Amino acid sequence: MAAVMPVPAASRVLMSGNEAVARAVWEAGVKVAAAYPGTPSTEMLEVISTYPDLYAEWSVNEKVSLEVAIGCAYAGSRAFCCMKHVGMNVASDALMTLTLTGVVGGLVIAIADDVGLSSSQNEQDSRYWGRFAHVPVFEPADSQEAYAMTLTAYELSEKYQVPVILRMTTRINHVKSLVTVGERSTHTGAGFKKEPARFVMVPGNAGKRIPLMFQRDIDLRAVAEASALNFIEDGSDKRVGFITSGPAYMHVKESFPNAPVLKLGFSCPAPFEKCRELAAMVDQVVVVEEVEPLIETELKAQGLKVIGKEILPLQGELSPNVLRPAIARLLGEPVPVMESGVPMKVFPRPPTMCVACPHLGVYYTLSQVRNLNISGDIGCYTLGAGHPWNALDTCVSMGASMGVALGMDKGRGEADKDKRVVAVIGDSTFLHMGMQGLLDMVYNKGNVTVLLLDNRAVGMTGGQDNPGNGRDIYGEDSPRVDFAKLVSALGVKDERIHTVNPYELPVLFKTIRDEVKVPDVSVIITDQPCVLIKDYHKLKPFEVIDEKCTGCGNCIDVGCPAIHVTRRGKEVKPSGREVDLAFVRIESSVCTGCTLCVQPCAPGAIVHYAPVSPIKLVQKGCSA
Amino acid sequence: MSENTNILVVGIGGQGVMTATEILAEAAIALGHDAKKTEVAGMAQRGGVVSSHLRFGQRVLSPQITPGTADVLLGFESAEAMRWQHMLKPGAITLMNTARLVPPVVELGLFDYPEDPLAEIRKTGNKVVAFDATTIAQNLGDIRLGNTVMLGAISDHLPFGADVLLDCVLKRFQRKGEKLVELNRRAFEAGRAAVGQAEAALA
Repeated sequence: MAAVMPVPAASRVLMSGNEAVARAVWEAGVKVAAAYPGTPSTEMLEVISTYPDLYAEWSVNEKVSLEVAIGCAYAGSRAFCCMKHVGMNVASDALMTLTLTGVVGGLVIAIADDVGLSSSQNEQDSRYWGRFAHVPVFEPADSQEAYAMTLTAYELSEKYQVPVILRMTTRINHVKSLVTVGERSTHTGAGFKKEPARFVMVPGNAGKRIPLMFQRDIDLRAVAEASALNFIEDGSDKRVGFITSGPAYMHVKESFPNAPVLKLGFSCPAPFEKCRELAAMVDQVVVVEEVEPLIETELKAQGLKVIGKEILPLQGELSPNVLRPAIARLLGEPVPVMESGVPMKVFPRPPTMCVACPHLGVYYTLSQVRNLNISGDIGCYTLGAGHPWNALDTCVSMGASMGVALGMDKGRGEADKDKRVVAVIGDSTFLHMGMQGLLDMVYNKGNVTVLLLDNRAVGMTGGQDNPGNGRDIYGEDSPRVDFAKLVSALGVKDERIHTVNPYELPVLFKTIRDEVKVPDVSVIITDQPCVLIKDYHKLKPFEVIDEKCTGCGNCIDVGCPAIHVTRRGKEVKPSGREVDLAFVRIESSVCTGCTLCVQPCAPGAIVHYAPVSPIKLVQKGCSA
Repeated sequence: MSENTNILVVGIGGQGVMTATEILAEAAIALGHDAKKTEVAGMAQRGGVVSSHLRFGQRVLSPQITPGTADVLLGFESAEAMRWQHMLKPGAITLMNTARLVPPVVELGLFDYPEDPLAEIRKTGNKVVAFDATTIAQNLGDIRLGNTVMLGAISDHLPFGADVLLDCVLKRFQRKGEKLVELNRRAFEAGRAAVGQAEAALA
């Protein structure tokens, strides 16, 4: 087990929002914490797993993680569950009935909204779940609040037997600021008491719980009205008062230090009376919230005259840079001019796959096979949509590559009759939500070639363990899924299942080319580990013999970031066609010898690196 | 909250930008400041653009630096130092590693890498000091010392003494033995001297 975070009580430490929540979860005496990795929420559970005296698990998906937490809370112990915003879409089936049974032990669900889409397929406002599921929502504005609100949330959860949503955003999860931490308290679970009328949600029982849920809404609104998490800060400039929540509060205070502000930390059910109180203090009220106009709409329905998304953006992060001009325009003042100039024009630097990534071989091969429609999924391999491969045509949601591929197959029109349908999915995504799609594909006799890229890690979020690599969150051995057996059990014919090494390009090419021609479901499993996890072993690096390089550029098409162009040229072919040449070098200090670039190099210009002078070169994690 | 100090550290994923900013934050906190550190980082672990914001002072509200208000920019890579010039206060200084890390989109011929980022930055009228942190680190025997070289480079452009930052850097290596502490001390001083010399040459 990893070492305990050496932070004594009462010390003031620099913590990310994720670290602060993890600390509070431990201090609250939580017994079970479960999650599936997802940016920006991942570090919460990673850090929780470093604390003693609790059980943490990577679950296979967010729905299972919430169900595990529910079981613990039913058993009377405190539970925690966290996820990124899209995770709650998956978990919501459980949430919508959990609200009827309520909890016994406290249950806090931290949902991390990726406002500004730094690493997500969409932008959602998870505060909706509070309204939809009739559960309270807390919105911290920094790490200290994330810590304190988590502790308060457990008290509220147990007092009102209700799960509490802690709504975070990237700008809370990943910002580091100072937190004063406390001691762990022990929490003794009540034990599971059989109470079918409450815990067995069949229609007759569930129907009787619904009025209790609505009564709870009324009770919680009264709690919110009196809560110290909702407070008014008076100010001398009464022209505009602000009602705000989450990180937007900080931007309001930064931009308008003299304005009266109502800060909503306990924002659902919203404390309408407190909002009226602020409105009575000022000429006009602006609601500042990320991202949807939720509080604004509710206040308007209450008959309060407020302004919100008429003057503020419906998408992305707010900042002083957004707020100051919007309010200046509202007040008819000159709009403050930014002191900065226009950003200088610099090439884009999209994220790349790593040097020697096993996915490089797969996408290089896919880019060489014609007539494919390729449905993709969520993970590092989504980058296959970019240059130089351009070999991924769709990305929707976790596991969607399966269903989308089958739909493309069944729905193909005349124009696509000669197209082959390929689905690409990673190991963890497959276990998260792809298995059901594959079963559906087999059951309904689809014609799809599935590439199951098993790199033994949840790569994009930092290489977390999962059932595919046989290690639990503590790094201890656990049963490992056998993907070939699994897909066989789902009904894929054994002769249509191939396990290949993605660094062996000719085998990979032949296997893909052969399988796409077979009108059946095929599964090609690649079996090499992510280069960022301990299972990966570096090999001897390569270099380019400059005199031998013909500038054909085949190696560049692999897409490895260790390959660099040294000079460009042009050549006229015997056919009269002019072609561009790009002569290359390999950054041998980062090359790990995967051979992917060696294989397409016709002149044999790429050879093992033989340093002239032995300088200590370090490969991974090197700084400039 | 104009009394806050705003430091922008930029580079690409995997270079150690975020760790460097964290060490700067630790130094500010050691002096009793409030501090917030935040990143604008893309989805890749490696290779994407990273700009790390540090604000410190009596009380910090917004974690992000507003464009046009950064007091100093520490650039781990030349083109990245260019990319974020608009974040600086007019006339503020950039301390820039001359390393050029060329991304695949440039290798593929889709975009051009700027010929001379240093000259481009000078054209804007902003102050800029360039040094080769990678070579300095290599000469000290380990390319991984580059991060400490960068921190040494910024150490005389902070509202507190270089010693405070040096202490925070060395604290990170204490458990790894005296040899590594000494190497990092030398790397820090080398970065500091490189900027000092470059500035003297400009003056």
